[in-house]
Amino acid sequence: MEPINVVNSVLTPLNRKNVDTDQIISKEFLKRIERTGFGQFVFYHWRFDQNDQPIEDFVLNQPQYQGSKILVAHENFGCGSSREHAPWAILDYGFNVVIAPSFADIFHNNCFKNGILPIKLTISEVEELLATGETSPLETEVNLEAQTVTANGKVYNFTIDPYYKQMLLNGWDEISLTFQYDEQITKYEATRKVF
Amino acid sequence: MAKNIIEKVWDQHVVYQEDGKPDLLYIDLHLIHEVTSPQAFEGLRLNNRKVRRPDLCFATMDHNVPTKNLTTINDPIAKKQINTLAENCAEFGVKLADMGHPDQGIVHVIGPQLGLTQPGKTIVCGDSHTSTHGAFGAIAFGIGTSEVEHVLSTQTLWQNKPKTMEIRVNGELGFGVTAKDIILAIIAKFGIDVGTGHIVEFTGDAIHQLSMEERMTICNMSIEAGAKAGLISPDQITVDYIKGRDYAPQGDAFEEATEYWLSLASDSDATYDRVLEIDSNEIEPFVTWGTNPSMGSGISTHVPYAADFEDESDKQALKKALQYMDLQEGTPLTDIAIQHVFIGSCTNSRLHDLRSAAAVIEGKKVSENVKAIVVPGSVTVKKQAEEEGLDKIFLEAGFEWRESGCSMCLAMNEDVVPAGERCASTSNRNFEGRQGAGSRTHLVSPQMAAAAAIAGHFVDVREILNVPV
Ligand code: SF4
Repeated sequence: MEPINVVNSVLTPLNRKNVDTDQIISKEFLKRIERTGFGQFVFYHWRFDQNDQPIEDFVLNQPQYQGSKILVAHENFGCGSSREHAPWAILDYGFNVVIAPSFADIFHNNCFKNGILPIKLTISEVEELLATGETSPLETEVNLEAQTVTANGKVYNFTIDPYYKQMLLNGWDEISLTFQYDEQITKYEATRKVF
Repeated sequence: MAKNIIEKVWDQHVVYQEDGKPDLLYIDLHLIHEVTSPQAFEGLRLNNRKVRRPDLCFATMDHNVPTKNLTTINDPIAKKQINTLAENCAEFGVKLADMGHPDQGIVHVIGPQLGLTQPGKTIVCGDSHTSTHGAFGAIAFGIGTSEVEHVLSTQTLWQNKPKTMEIRVNGELGFGVTAKDIILAIIAKFGIDVGTGHIVEFTGDAIHQLSMEERMTICNMSIEAGAKAGLISPDQITVDYIKGRDYAPQGDAFEEATEYWLSLASDSDATYDRVLEIDSNEIEPFVTWGTNPSMGSGISTHVPYAADFEDESDKQALKKALQYMDLQEGTPLTDIAIQHVFIGSCTNSRLHDLRSAAAVIEGKKVSENVKAIVVPGSVTVKKQAEEEGLDKIFLEAGFEWRESGCSMCLAMNEDVVPAGERCASTSNRNFEGRQGAGSRTHLVSPQMAAAAAIAGHFVDVREILNVPV
């Protein structure tokens, strides 16, 4: 997994709450057996109409947000299905930061395993970013080490679990880390209740 | 100190604990299906790793399987995914209920059916509805594919201990009200993200009077309230259900297990981080009218008005949902006509569900405007239903009787609701496009779906039920 620390780009304002993983990546694209190549399908049915033509007013199709690495959305982002294809699609499309007031648990977990930084800001902070970002492209800097989002001359601080922060900063492979606890696992297995 | 079941089961599974880190949690049962596992097995191969405990894994195929004819998968990519699972299971020594195997079925239906699901276990699967298994008093939750790979290699997961929540359902259920209505009412009342960061225990008289199959319906949808997992303390009904199943302990071991299982139930003076309550007499048969499972109402009511909501973003969400659903504010729910009925999914495809739907349609005919299908949750459920003659009741009424699988719950196979058409569905998600691009899903109980199939629109099933089913 790629380490992540400082990210600079315009932010993409997706002013919706309860964005579910069915919308992030629709089931017809889940049949691949690879981890890559899902970016072209991200938010497919919001980006394209029934004839596969781009829907112009959808935010991802607007020219000013092309190349953005930071997605901002409303509450409960990533709810629904556990499909990791959702963070794979978001990352493959080019986002490596998602900012929202709250995230669904499984999606939130999945982000850390893939080098995506999920940032929780307050509802009013997110609304401020969405409103400003919708009016004109908003250059934003995210700094994981410092735990800050800087935009429009303002600095927003965020908190993050220290363990996951280290994982993202270092791009660690969690499985290799866990192998260091092999002895404890084996000991646990010896005493485990089995019926 | 008094403990609730969540704390008891969690604490018993902590392999390693250190300040500033999540707990390293041992996993007792890892269920696997074809959609969320290929990349995990590929990861093992790339890193030259093996499956640590193949004996604690069990795999099946469900999401992609055809329900008309098991032997022909027309979609080559689906076929590849199914073949990949078979190859991976063979290579890594994982037990598989393959296509055509008598144990094949929706992963959350076969776990309990085989006796693999037991109280006190930690159970994971690369699937959010793993919460279903919580009905037995297990901590069961959905994980992503990276975590699937982590469990395959280490049989553990790093997990922050979630907060605990009690949702108490008081009183006795009214006539014609089912487990599905309880959980839809809970989600409508408390919201789609009320459970975020929590494991929920469902308690109260109304819950402990339910059968195991009904309890599974409740726990299945706890993820739709955002909960990490949902569970119910084991009692005698739990123990009786498990007895004699293929993977259940036998003889003396069963007695010993029973004692352990019952000891896991929450202590009477246990506390929770949060407690919510709902009264059974608030609950009537439910129908969703929107695009997430919290957007639902009792059948005697109507599609809400924007003015009913205070929050501006809720008003906007209602507008977007109604636009997608092509519904008007204030429309009585019984005025909504449907073109499709789907009885199936890990929420409502077990024997009890099929029986209760069959009781509603017996001797009646499906409306000529409606295409209705029944997809049993597993090969075994299908067989048992046929032994009881349920298939004949459905077929005579004009339903199609299919092979088991996920089917129209997520429409990854050929069972798709066309754009612009409406489906009364016993599944768990009414997200945009869930049953096919542009499709419109209304979540209901099996008996409400059956009643709608006959009338061609939603009806209050209590008006046509003579006897409780
Ligand atoms: S039946 Fe539906 S919800 Fe259940 S596992 Fe299958 S696709 Fe998922």
